[in-house]
Amino acid sequence: MFDEMNGDDGARPPYRGVAHWLDTLGLATLDGKRREAETLFRRSGITFAVYGEGGDPERLIPFDLIPRVFGRDEWQRLAAGIVQRARALNAFLWDVYHRGEILRAGVVPEALVYRNRAFLPEMVGFDPPGRIYAHIVGIDIVRTGPGEFRVLEDNCRTPSGVSYMLENREIMMRMFPELFAGNRVEPVDGYADQLRATLEDMAPRHCPRAPVCVVLTPGPFNAAYYEHSYLADQMGAELVEARDLFVDDGKLWMKTTRGPTRVDVVYRRIDDDFLDPLVFRPDSRLGVPGLMDAYRAGRVTLVSAPGAGVADDKAVYCYVPEMIRFYLGEEPVLENVPTWQCALPEHRDHVLTHLDELVVKEVHGSGGYGMLIGPRASAAEREDFARKIAHDPAAFIAQPTLGLSTVPTLTPRGIASRHVDFRPFCLVGRQIRLTPGGLTRVALREGSLVVNSSQGGGVKDTWVLSE
Amino acid sequence: MSTLSRTAADLFWMARYLERAESMARLVEMGARVAMLPARGVTARDEWRSVALAAGCDGYFDPEASSVDAIILGLVVDRENPSSIASCFERARANARSVRTALSVQAWESLNETWLRLDELTVSRVLHELPQVVDWVKGRCAQFRGAADATLLRDDRFEFARLGLLIERADMTLRLLDVKHFVLLPETQVVGGDPDRHRWTSILVATSALRAYHWVYRGDYSPERIVDLLLLNGSCPRSYAFCYGEIVQALEHLARLYGARHACHTSAAATLAAIGDTAIGDVFHAGLHGFLTEAIGGNNRLSREIATAYHF
Repeated sequence: MFDEMNGDDGARPPYRGVAHWLDTLGLATLDGKRREAETLFRRSGITFAVYGEGGDPERLIPFDLIPRVFGRDEWQRLAAGIVQRARALNAFLWDVYHRGEILRAGVVPEALVYRNRAFLPEMVGFDPPGRIYAHIVGIDIVRTGPGEFRVLEDNCRTPSGVSYMLENREIMMRMFPELFAGNRVEPVDGYADQLRATLEDMAPRHCPRAPVCVVLTPGPFNAAYYEHSYLADQMGAELVEARDLFVDDGKLWMKTTRGPTRVDVVYRRIDDDFLDPLVFRPDSRLGVPGLMDAYRAGRVTLVSAPGAGVADDKAVYCYVPEMIRFYLGEEPVLENVPTWQCALPEHRDHVLTHLDELVVKEVHGSGGYGMLIGPRASAAEREDFARKIAHDPAAFIAQPTLGLSTVPTLTPRGIASRHVDFRPFCLVGRQIRLTPGGLTRVALREGSLVVNSSQGGGVKDTWVLSE
Repeated sequence: MSTLSRTAADLFWMARYLERAESMARLVEMGARVAMLPARGVTARDEWRSVALAAGCDGYFDPEASSVDAIILGLVVDRENPSSIASCFERARANARSVRTALSVQAWESLNETWLRLDELTVSRVLHELPQVVDWVKGRCAQFRGAADATLLRDDRFEFARLGLLIERADMTLRLLDVKHFVLLPETQVVGGDPDRHRWTSILVATSALRAYHWVYRGDYSPERIVDLLLLNGSCPRSYAFCYGEIVQALEHLARLYGARHACHTSAAATLAAIGDTAIGDVFHAGLHGFLTEAIGGNNRLSREIATAYHF
C-alpha cells in the first residue's frame, strides 16, 4: 500500500511542509479547526443533496483538513496526460459524429458507439464551434505507487466537484494562513475566469456582441445546485432554469426585467435528455422547446455538446489509449486500469471465475452505485452479480481491486491513512486550460475504496507545489 | 442593464418575507406588552387575537379555541402558518437560495445562518424567553440589512429587493393602524386613562417609534399625533410617507437604469403627492378606517403594477 506522505525514511519531499505542520499543530487544535471548518461550510451553504436518502436535505460533504500534495514534477506528468486525454476524447467525438474513421479502421467496435444510449443521431454531421464537444473534462485518476498514476474514468458531460476544489482552498487559506506561507502552492482561483474564457471562445460565429453566457441548472433541488450557483456567481453569468429560457424566431432568449434578452452560450448542467422536450423527452418539463433547433442552426452554443456522453462510457473508456494513438499519434502518458469487458466472451469467462478479486461496474453507472467490490462482497452478492452479468454482459466491465494510494486523514481516532482518488478539470476551448489542482476525494471509512460523496466520501484540498 | 425576471421576483419576495419576519417580531413584542395590562373588560387572549389579526393570521387561528400560548407559538414558530416568523425566514431563505448569485456572500451567509439557527426557536424558549427571541429575530434582520447595505451592488437587483421591503413595511404599518384604529378613535381620547395610553404606546413599540415620538412631539400621547407619525411623517422610517418616498426613489432609479417608465411610476408618485397634501385632521375627519382601507388597496395594486412592469 502506497502512502503519499509517509515514505520509508520520513515524509516524502512534497509532503515535508505538511508533515512538519501536523507535528507542531497537535490533534486537539486540528479537531477544533475541523469543527470551525464545518461551521464555515454550513454557513456558506456549501452542501450536497442526496435524493431518497432522507435526513438532512442539504448535507455537507465532509472536508478533511490535511491537504493532498503533488510535487511539481508529478503534476507536470499528470497535466500532460490529462490534456492529451482531453484532446483525444474530443477528436473521438468529432469523428463518431462524422465519418467514424476509428470505427472503420476497426480500432473501436461500432456497436459500442452506435448502440450507445448516449449516442445522439441528431448530432451526426453537425459541427459545433471549434469542433469541440467536451469543454469541461473531468478525469478520475488513481495512484498506486510513487510514479504510477492510472485513469479510472473520464467524465465528458458535466463533471461536478470543481466548486469544492475552489472552496476547499478558500477555507484552508482562511484557517491556516501560516501553512501557505511556508509552502509554494499554485493558486486555483483562476478557474472561473478560465471557464468564462472557454465559454466565450465557444460563442456562435459572427456573434455581434460580447457573448452572453448563462449557466443552466435544474434548480435548487439538484444535488449540485450549490456548484451551479457558485460558478455562475464567480463568472458573473446569469444562473437560469429552463423556465427562464425560450426559443423564438430560431434564437434563444431569457426572460428579463427588460423583456427578452438573447443568449449565446449555455453552460448546461442538465442531462441531454432534459435539454429539449421536442427532441428528447416529451414528458420533461425541464427542457427548452426548440433549443436543439437553435443549436443546430448555430445560433447558440451548448457546453458540453449533446451526445458528448458517448465518450465517457466505461466500455468506451477501454479504448481511450487507442484513441490517443489513432488521433494524436502519441503514446498515452497516463495508462488505463486494466479492464475486462464482459461483452467479450473470453473476458467474461475470466470475470465470472475471478469475481472474488475484481471490482465489477455497470457500464452506464455512476456515483459508486451498481458496483461490486469482489473481495469485500458476500458470496450471495457475488452470485447475484454473476447472474446480472450473464443476463446482460455488455452492461458490465470489471477491473482488478487496486491498491489506491492513501493520504493521512483526520478520523475520530486520530490521524490515519485513508484511500484517495483525484479529479482534475480540464477546460477545452480554442485553447486548452488546466488549473493546477483538482478535487481529491477520500474514502473516510477505514479500508474503504469508495470515495463517492453519495457513499460517505469526503474531500481534501489538493496542492500542486510550484517548486 | 437587465436581470432575470425570476431573479427580480425572488429578490422582491425575499425582502418582503424578511421584512414580514421582523414586523411579526415587533407585533409579538407589542402583544406581550399589551397582554400584561389588558384593558378593562378585555382578556389577554383578546389582546393576542388582535395581534393575530394585525399580523394577517386571523384565518389561521381558531378564534375560539386558540390559547394564548397557541397564538404565540403560531406567530413565531409554526411552519403551518405561512406568516409565522419561522415560515417567513424559511421562505426568504428559499428565495435567496434560488438567486444566490444576486446576493453578496456576506448577505447570503447572514440569511443562511439565520435559517440554520431556526432550530434554536424551541417551544419552551418561545414561551419562556419571548423577549430574547424577539430581540434575536430583530437582530438577525438588522444584520442581514446591514450586510446587504454594505455589500450589494446598487443596481436594478438592489432596487427590486428594496421595493419588496418597502411595500411590505407600508402594508404592515397600515394594517397595524387599521386593526388598532378603534383604540385611536377620537371618542377614546376623552377617557385618556392609563390603559388607553398604554395601548397607544404599544403601537409605537410595535413600530420601534416610541423614542421618535418623544423627539418629534415632545408631549403627551394623542391618537392624532401617533397616527400622524406613522402615516404622514416622512422622517419616521416605518411610516407610510417614508415608505412611499423611498419607493418613488427606487422606481426613479429603475427608470433611469432602464430608460423606461411604467404605470407603477405614475401610481407611486401620485400616492406620494397625495400624502404630502394630506393633513392629519383630514384623515380623522374623513374617517381613519376608510383612509387605511384605501391605502392598503393602493399598496397591493402598486405591488402588482411593479411585477407587470418588470415581467415577473
